[in-house]
Amino acid sequence: MSQEIDDSKHGIPVGRRVFLGVAGLGLLGIVFGSQVQRAVGETVGAGLGGLLPGGNRFRIYSITGSFPNIGTSDYRLKVSGLVENPMTLTFEDLKAMPPVHLVKDFQCVTGWRVPQVHWEGVRLSDVIDAAGVNSQAKGVEFSSFDGADTESLTLSQARRSDVIIAYRMLGGPISSSHGGPVRLYVAPMYGYKSLKWLSEIRLVEKVSLGYWEQNGYPVDAWVGNFNGHQDAPIT
Amino acid sequence: MDTRMRRSLEGRRTAGIPMILRFDSIERIVHWTSALLFTVLILTAAPLYFVQVERIVGRRALIAEIHTWTGILLPLPLLVALSGSWGSGLRADIRRFNYWTMGELRWLRTFGANSSLKLEKFNPGQKINAIFVGSSMVVMFCTGFVLKWFNFFPLSWRTGATFVHDLFAGAIVVVVTGHVAFALAHREALKSMITGRISESWASKHAPRWLAEETDDQPEIG
Repeated sequence: MSQEIDDSKHGIPVGRRVFLGVAGLGLLGIVFGSQVQRAVGETVGAGLGGLLPGGNRFRIYSITGSFPNIGTSDYRLKVSGLVENPMTLTFEDLKAMPPVHLVKDFQCVTGWRVPQVHWEGVRLSDVIDAAGVNSQAKGVEFSSFDGADTESLTLSQARRSDVIIAYRMLGGPISSSHGGPVRLYVAPMYGYKSLKWLSEIRLVEKVSLGYWEQNGYPVDAWVGNFNGHQDAPIT
Repeated sequence: MDTRMRRSLEGRRTAGIPMILRFDSIERIVHWTSALLFTVLILTAAPLYFVQVERIVGRRALIAEIHTWTGILLPLPLLVALSGSWGSGLRADIRRFNYWTMGELRWLRTFGANSSLKLEKFNPGQKINAIFVGSSMVVMFCTGFVLKWFNFFPLSWRTGATFVHDLFAGAIVVVVTGHVAFALAHREALKSMITGRISESWASKHAPRWLAEETDDQPEIG
């Protein structure tokens, strides 16, 4: 445009540069944001980090795009596969088992972490032991009543004391968007292992890849060094 | 020339007060449809962002769907307006956002303390607001796209997009709140976004260089 030269009247064309600069920074943030977020988190610490956008909050993901809604009275949990006594548990059955309380972080593989979440439920090992694990069983598969999500653990992972079937979190019943009424909480691993809307536990000889593993996520999802960020282990 | 003629035709007297056209009908439609879409986006963002709000509102899937599609619609009014001859007034105003005099840059640094500056159609605060809102629309659209269709992108992009989307959302809420507060404090200016016209006395006070431009053809000395 020829007017650009006419500085006395129009001034200097900086607006477009600011526009492109801000937009460009934002778009670069898509590519480098995970590193920036980590650096910011390390600089300001976890406490202040929680006040910043991008800090300590749950983001809700659903692979089916909807949130299945089942009331506690209709809820059923199937335990099947290589077990002595296949069973179907109700919500009340789970509540009748010895409860476990955990206060632990929830670390998502995409970078966010919610510190000190209160979880309540029963040990996964208590449930599979109640069904009686067959000696051939080496792994555990999980299905979700969203109809799509699947996950798995090795039998020894499943027997850890910090792997629970949760029916309460954040001080209340688990809402549908958080995977209620019953979900898995695998404390030492990235959040995608903590399958939501848990409907079935299957003991198997050899596990098949879960939904996220088929999409390239690691099968052994210990919180730590993965995909450009360093996440402190959850203890 | 075309614009100038249309402007002088549309500008007229209201109850004896000389008025000039500040925003043509296309600009007003773009403003208010975008404002509506922004409002829906901010309202639906609240329960998606804050667990406490979600507890009260519920229906997360529906709200996420509304948020996504509103976001996709957001650039449309602007793009439609800019795509044809009907957008000449809008284009002229966007051109004004681009050009900054040294005096305006100083005005921005002191946030209006330098009152001796003869302002043009938009004060520097309005210009930077428009530029920020425009660029943040690009950023929110692209980051929102990555968040929604994350499986087409590397995993770390989802992290980055989440971070940027959150950060810009915070900034947008601050800027939009400020924009609404200024509008409510300056009722005549707000009214001109509804009727399109503003009194020449307002313009002589708040936008003297623009008034001079509109009312006579003498070249201005900045």
